[in-house]
Amino acid sequence: MADKPKTGRRAFLKGGLAAAGGLAASKAAAAPDTAITKVQPWRKELGPGVDESGYGLPSPFESKVQRRNVPWLTVDTKTSINFTPIHHLDGTITPNGLCFERHHSGVAEIDPAQHRLMVNGMVERELVFTLEDLMRFPRENHVYFMECTANSGMEWRGPQLNGVQFTHGMIHNVQYTGIPLRLILEEAGLKPGASWLLAEGADAAAMTRSIPLDKILDDCLVAFRQNGEALRPENGYPLRLVVPGWEGNMWIKWLRRLEIGDKPWHAREESSKYTDLMPDGTARRFTWAMDAKSVITNPSPQAPITHGPGPMILTGLAWSGRGTIPRVDITLDGGKNWHKARMDGPSTPFALHRFYYDFNWDGGEMLLQSRATDSTGYVQPTKDALRTIRGVNSVYHNNGIQTWFVNELGEAENVEIS
Amino acid sequence: MSRFLSVLILSLLGFSAHAQQLGLGRVALPEEVAAWNTDIRPDGQGLPVGSGNALDGEEIFAEKCAACHGDFGEGVDRWPALAGGDGSLTDERPLKTLGSYWPYLSTAWDYIYRAMPYGDAASLEVDETYAIVAYLLFVNDIVSDEEFTLSNVNFSEITLQNEPNFRLDDRATVEYPAFTEACMTDCKASVEITVYATGKDVTPTEDD
Repeated sequence: MADKPKTGRRAFLKGGLAAAGGLAASKAAAAPDTAITKVQPWRKELGPGVDESGYGLPSPFESKVQRRNVPWLTVDTKTSINFTPIHHLDGTITPNGLCFERHHSGVAEIDPAQHRLMVNGMVERELVFTLEDLMRFPRENHVYFMECTANSGMEWRGPQLNGVQFTHGMIHNVQYTGIPLRLILEEAGLKPGASWLLAEGADAAAMTRSIPLDKILDDCLVAFRQNGEALRPENGYPLRLVVPGWEGNMWIKWLRRLEIGDKPWHAREESSKYTDLMPDGTARRFTWAMDAKSVITNPSPQAPITHGPGPMILTGLAWSGRGTIPRVDITLDGGKNWHKARMDGPSTPFALHRFYYDFNWDGGEMLLQSRATDSTGYVQPTKDALRTIRGVNSVYHNNGIQTWFVNELGEAENVEIS
Repeated sequence: MSRFLSVLILSLLGFSAHAQQLGLGRVALPEEVAAWNTDIRPDGQGLPVGSGNALDGEEIFAEKCAACHGDFGEGVDRWPALAGGDGSLTDERPLKTLGSYWPYLSTAWDYIYRAMPYGDAASLEVDETYAIVAYLLFVNDIVSDEEFTLSNVNFSEITLQNEPNFRLDDRATVEYPAFTEACMTDCKASVEITVYATGKDVTPTEDD
């Protein structure tokens, strides 16, 4: 179906000889390219000055790169979700303006001067902090993915949405600057028996989640910056909780309160929602960790192959809420044979990883899949393997292998295979 | 309060006893904690003193909730149903409501008081919340008397039928040991496409 190009010095020399023989440069243009021969306006005229864009925006030619929602999915856009256009991105960091949004009562537009963080409950001293107070705590920087628990949740009954943005775009990966939550709790002093934390948002849903104190003390942050700048309002400005590797709903945005207790609270978002209904009618609760997952972002239904046969780049993302991703395998033939992808970029726990597979496409049909293995040895399962255990009504935590069918024109479709 | 006095009080409270503390922030006043600390636990911790009956709840519900949830909690359009679905959890299309799915009544009280009505949060009185929850018990056939009064005193006597069906995450024993194989060559003899997403016409395009 396709061969992986040889690399290295010998291959390089051989390639050079081939080029000299006319193989690589055999294409000739029928007429001179006006992109070269015509003097373009930007080659002639003066462009905007340095005083015209105090906060820069992407090129107008990139206007299709948008978060998008699926109107039929929810009843109101203020209690809904949109999706990161991961097929338009490369590397591992998500630009702030493209980070998917999930709100339960719209974006809280908070005046930071009127925002407080309270610590109450089983502590020696119930405390209140202003943002100015919080800026005086030691802070750390960490890159973490944040995945909505319902990412790929529409696909449990079979392929439905024909685009990776919609099947896998409830995810983003930014660098957070924040305060280890442990330091804030040390100020308050934990009472004996303290074992759970309730985090609460300041929005109109006053979102709450219970989180075991072990996790809180281990690596959770109260973040105030993403990718160096202040959190965006839609991502929790001015404060959000960061719960590395765990389901996105726990990362309380617009964070205003931390209550310490000795039992979980069983808030709506950890009982009615974000619990996993199993085929026997029982339900799993407290399914916090996001299991290893990967997806090919290009090619994909929204990003077909447009250049015809020959050298091409297949790329995608992989992540695990339980560590790093040392390895991703790729199949072009629906899982008969697999090839190791090339991992590129940083590899840190609970962060997105970028993979590439560089090959010569022969122009034939392909059934593309990626399969992540994380640092615990867990191998991303097929969707059918998950369904065998969980049925199709568990809504959340669908980390099954995604298949794209690519036809001879390079168009891709979301499919499932035997 | 002067900065000096604050520091003095904090010192008296024992702040300076722990070397690792920074002394940042200030002590929360009881009124401040009370204003935000409205969460309710299944064991009733946090429930404020108050009461309301299902009949009153029906009236409040009709005025403030029924536009989305229906007069009897059946749900309007695609807004959530709050009643019904009993015995449906193993069906092809389960209906997860307070009566059929939710494990604890405290969750309803907590959520309604903090987040409802949608678009007018933090507006319900304590007694109104008791009344609405009492009405939800009535429309879910958990209580049969519409005169039923729910209060902080009898609240914890109410249990929901599906509570025993919740269990802790067992992926570590059920799933993780099963998902460790990564076959590389000749993994299957044949491959067929079984389902396509296309033709369903449910995917937004980039021109939308």
